[in-house]
Amino acid sequence: MLRPLPLLTALVLAGPVAFGLVGAVLPAMGYMVPGFDPEGPSPMRLALIWPGFPRALAVSVLSGVLSTLGALAVAALILAGWHGTRAFDWLERALSPLLAVPHAAAALGLAFLIAPSGWIGRLPAAALGWTRAPDLLILNDPWGLSLTAGLIAKELPFLLLMMLAALPQAGAGPRMAVARSLGQGRIAGWLKAVFPSVYVQVRLPVLVVLVFGMTNVDVAVILGPSTPVTLAVQVTRWMTDPDLASRAVAAAAGLLLFAAVLGVLAAWLAAERGLGVAGRAWVWSGRGAPERLARGAGIVLAGGSAAMVLAGVAALAVWSVAARWSYPDLLPEALTRRSWLRFGPDMAATALDTMAIALAATGVSLVLVIGCLEAEHRFGLTLGQRALWLLYLPLLVPQVAFLPGLQLLPLSLGLGPSIWLVLAGHVVFVLPYVFLSLSGPFRAWEGRLARVAAGLGASRNRTLWRLRLPMLTGALLTAAAIGLAVSVGQYLPTLLLGGGRVTTLATEAVALSSGGDRRAIGVWGLGQAGAALLPFALALVVPAVLFRNRRGMRHG
Amino acid sequence: MDEGLVLDRVCVSKGAVPLLSVDATVAPGEVLTLMGPSGSGKSTLLGVVMGALAPPFRASGRVMLDGRDLSGLAPEARRVGILYQNPLLFPHLDVATNLAFGLPRGGRRAERRATVAAALEEIDLGGFGARDPATLSGGQAARVALMRVLLSRPRALLLDEPFSKLDAGLREQMRALVFGRARAAGVPMLLVTHDEADAEAAGGRIVRL
Repeated sequence: MLRPLPLLTALVLAGPVAFGLVGAVLPAMGYMVPGFDPEGPSPMRLALIWPGFPRALAVSVLSGVLSTLGALAVAALILAGWHGTRAFDWLERALSPLLAVPHAAAALGLAFLIAPSGWIGRLPAAALGWTRAPDLLILNDPWGLSLTAGLIAKELPFLLLMMLAALPQAGAGPRMAVARSLGQGRIAGWLKAVFPSVYVQVRLPVLVVLVFGMTNVDVAVILGPSTPVTLAVQVTRWMTDPDLASRAVAAAAGLLLFAAVLGVLAAWLAAERGLGVAGRAWVWSGRGAPERLARGAGIVLAGGSAAMVLAGVAALAVWSVAARWSYPDLLPEALTRRSWLRFGPDMAATALDTMAIALAATGVSLVLVIGCLEAEHRFGLTLGQRALWLLYLPLLVPQVAFLPGLQLLPLSLGLGPSIWLVLAGHVVFVLPYVFLSLSGPFRAWEGRLARVAAGLGASRNRTLWRLRLPMLTGALLTAAAIGLAVSVGQYLPTLLLGGGRVTTLATEAVALSSGGDRRAIGVWGLGQAGAALLPFALALVVPAVLFRNRRGMRHG
Repeated sequence: MDEGLVLDRVCVSKGAVPLLSVDATVAPGEVLTLMGPSGSGKSTLLGVVMGALAPPFRASGRVMLDGRDLSGLAPEARRVGILYQNPLLFPHLDVATNLAFGLPRGGRRAERRATVAAALEEIDLGGFGARDPATLSGGQAARVALMRVLLSRPRALLLDEPFSKLDAGLREQMRALVFGRARAAGVPMLLVTHDEADAEAAGGRIVRL
């Protein structure tokens, strides 16, 4: 029963990626696509001669690399300069829930803030009495700078929490004590003595952020440039084009973007080495860092980006209940339930569908993950050191590279897009996060309790069901909440594998973004954020209630 | 005049519970040994001198070093070196770069390289500069840690049970090396230990907590 699960999990992770890439390569070479003219130019060529191609690729690469560098730098500065202070604890509490806010909802909120007629622009306008918003292309700027800023704000909490988890293993506390007693300041000492070890541990998550930054669709549709769009967005457009022949071009362009991603990853790994050399030269020089400036920059940038995302969600909320709200007023004239009465029922129905898919995908993932971990515990069955890479595979291969193939290949076998395909797609992306979240607590569980239970005559199954899993309630709920949040945030798998017929909060929220009905966006965006946040609130509350009379089950 | 390390009526408490109080002067090259059971606040006192006191603990009194009041100074500005029972070499840097870590600024690159190479010779590890610290034996790593802190030219040296993890034979060598070096450099030392033999070898005053 248990033994085949690790292999099955490996197949769930690697199968769709491999299947999808094959399914993209064939159409890209002109096979398998109905309506494609075999005499004409190849799909690859059609993608390359699209006039927007160079710019779209450049903006994709630029926004991906800059946003990753930015988020990594701010996370490092805030940890170096402020870890262990009260300001840091406060910031950590503000950033943690932001991790759960889906990319689309966060991006919609940011758009409400930074648009020329947005909340920030209204501050000088209200003070100076402007009557028209300035004609500035802040949002959707052609070089993707607002996209980059939005990605930094959204990825910062992720990288920060990953780095925070890596600190104990890097021996950050004692190393900092030594570094400072040797005359290094907070920032210089941390960067020289702690950062390299932390980076080694978070390298894979950093690469995930890099790949996501270059290839995401939902954030780029909302904040990214429009003429041309980023390459990932263009791939999605070709995929959803009524002309079936465009799908071959989409598959080809997705593979080109994948090639660019591989190139950037290679350059990134080379840059890591370069940075290592520079870092050692810095240690030899004995020079410090501009401590005050770096600490100030760290707190301002991290605090600022947390405040931006929070204010963005607040902007969604205010718009959803705004009656008349004209420019440049800072607040609406009155509050009304009208938008909720109008869009609420539709949104709630879609929210139920979204949660059903999320619960199913998370349930399947939990079964596979618990099965894998228990098989590891009982039989020592693991996928070895490569397991971690396997886990990250669906996150490191861009969605736009293999999802088109995952739609096209079943289609050629007579399997149209369906809710089942969507569900399978969600499992592929939910599973890694559930595994990463649950494996630590599961492996750290006090194993002597199992031996005591066996001595009392309990079978291994009984031990699992009656001891291990109940004791891990908190960790299980957290893993489930993370899984649900990931599923609620999935845009591209839902859109492509559902063939446009499966709608979730993510697809609806992104679709609305081009329409400009701010009240509708407010209701739907808030709905998506709520659907992702609610499980986290439950994951905190449920164990506290369940174990209210069990002091040994409380943590710190 | 005011040379050395002065603990001027330093009291350490955990919340409202007083842990210890010390009033002592350690002259350059001298060792003051603090002995006491675990939980008596010995290591916390070292934290006070380093400027790294963790929140539930509080301290009153003053710490003076060569006539400077250390209160309120950042740890990196105090010039107080420390050796722990673990050598705590930085695992991502080679041995030579570990030694260069605390080298005060100044001098040309070649001079700094030469300083580090000479320091390695002094602890019988000539040619070990490019080695991964993880490949060193316990005694070698302890010597590198000592040399690293000495190269940073500290004005006081804190020793937090630095010999407790070494084999009996090595322990005596390291004691002689640490005390000898620090004495030669004229650095006042504060030693925290469980081991009577450490206190004897240190040869200075002993405060029992």
